[in-house]
Amino acid sequence: MRGTLVLTLVGLGFAAAATFVLAEQNTMVNERQILRTLRMAFPSISPEWRTRLTPDATMATCAQWHNHPPQDVAGALKRREAARIVFPGNGEFMGDWRRGEKIAQSGYGLRFTDTDTKRPRGGNCYACHELSPDEVSFGTLGVSLKGFGRTHKFDTGYARVVYEKIFNSQAVVACSTMPRFGTNGILTVEQIKDLVAYLMDPASPVNKVPEPTRKGTTGGGQRLPAPHPGR
Amino acid sequence: MTRLRRIIQRTMPAAALLASAAVLAHGPHAAEPDPIERGLEQFRAMLKADPWANPAFLDAERGEALWKERRGPRKASLERCDLGKGPGIVDGAFAELPRYFADAGRVMDAETRILWCMQELQGIDPASLTERPHPASQEPVKDLGAIATWVASRSAGQAFRAAFDHPREKATLALGAALFERRMGPFDFSCLSCHGAKDKRIRRQELAHLADPAEARRVVGEWPAYRVSATHVMTLQHRLYDCFWQMRLPPLKLGSEVSVALTAYLVKQAQGGMVAAPGLKR
Repeated sequence: MRGTLVLTLVGLGFAAAATFVLAEQNTMVNERQILRTLRMAFPSISPEWRTRLTPDATMATCAQWHNHPPQDVAGALKRREAARIVFPGNGEFMGDWRRGEKIAQSGYGLRFTDTDTKRPRGGNCYACHELSPDEVSFGTLGVSLKGFGRTHKFDTGYARVVYEKIFNSQAVVACSTMPRFGTNGILTVEQIKDLVAYLMDPASPVNKVPEPTRKGTTGGGQRLPAPHPGR
Repeated sequence: MTRLRRIIQRTMPAAALLASAAVLAHGPHAAEPDPIERGLEQFRAMLKADPWANPAFLDAERGEALWKERRGPRKASLERCDLGKGPGIVDGAFAELPRYFADAGRVMDAETRILWCMQELQGIDPASLTERPHPASQEPVKDLGAIATWVASRSAGQAFRAAFDHPREKATLALGAALFERRMGPFDFSCLSCHGAKDKRIRRQELAHLADPAEARRVVGEWPAYRVSATHVMTLQHRLYDCFWQMRLPPLKLGSEVSVALTAYLVKQAQGGMVAAPGLKR
């Protein structure tokens, strides 16, 4: 009986914490209500898909602070996420930039139409980042990564930092917009190594010295951790 | 309307050609997209130059015919459908949606309300309309979407003025605002991930900063819109469905509370802006 009471109180406390007031509408929206409506919007989905509807502790924190957590909260969040990074067994952080390029171009995987489980998933890096000067179809939600390896003087020690950022962006910038590619199981350790090579390998097109006729191609490759554009 | 048909007959093959060229060029290492981009931009400009050249008007026309036709097990038309201003009143109704409907006991946007009317008045099984609710690429918009296109077009030039004063409307709005920034799925995306900042692009596609009312006023009123690259009309419910797909979330049910709440949020953001449906998009 006491146990039930404690659990109920804990539950109520959680619900209260998850409740936030939208000042303008003065209407309460709580997590339980959101989850209930979401489940009705997606009837007859599998348990795996249902788990996608619930934010984990990190995303709940980001929602609570509208993606701008105070320093202490951000610090705790980053430490927690850093502990979730899986490192390559042999300590080698760079794979094959050619495979990395394919991963950077592909947005395949995890959508409800992506039914071919044999086809490798992509990182869709170009959706948000500029990388190789040869690819003009790039997004601007993330920073430009053109010439990234050159900017970092091809410092192989830096490959580890890049690996960590791709594996779990939240370990570097709390509430970053960038997906946690490794921790969330989007890409494998090997795929992330290939992406590190795509950024850091001197032979990668990302690090091609631009033709002098090309305008505005000298920059790129901000040093990590850089403030992310966030929302 | 004969003039419209002539224009569309003349421009459709060009549209199909340009669209397939765009699909072909979309693989890795796309060449400089300029010729295609330029071609598409020119085609859009041609369509925009003559307001009647938007192929979506064909769907609106089809929607009007469907509204008036006796259909479904009850062999009834939708002419008694109450879009909020009384049975059968279509003009200006879209500009006042979403709203709370006492007969249905819930807040509804235009598409959800039309779905409800098709069920209640015509006896059509809603599952048959929500199973595959949206057209595949190259297919025309479904009947429900065509009706919604017509309904929306009958508010063109009017300002969005949904009241949002009923408690249930306020609750829907609050839910929509919360959903807009809720990060979910394996990619940790929320609507804000793409639509929360100014002048951003995904690949080469410009993104609307929907968190900013000024930009929302400019773009929300264009839905339903003819999308040149898909060669069909897309409704707002379809647009939201596509966002959820790209966010690695499940197929969003047409008419669900989630879809209505997000529509309500967008309409609230666009309040004061004009309905400009049917619009014309990339």
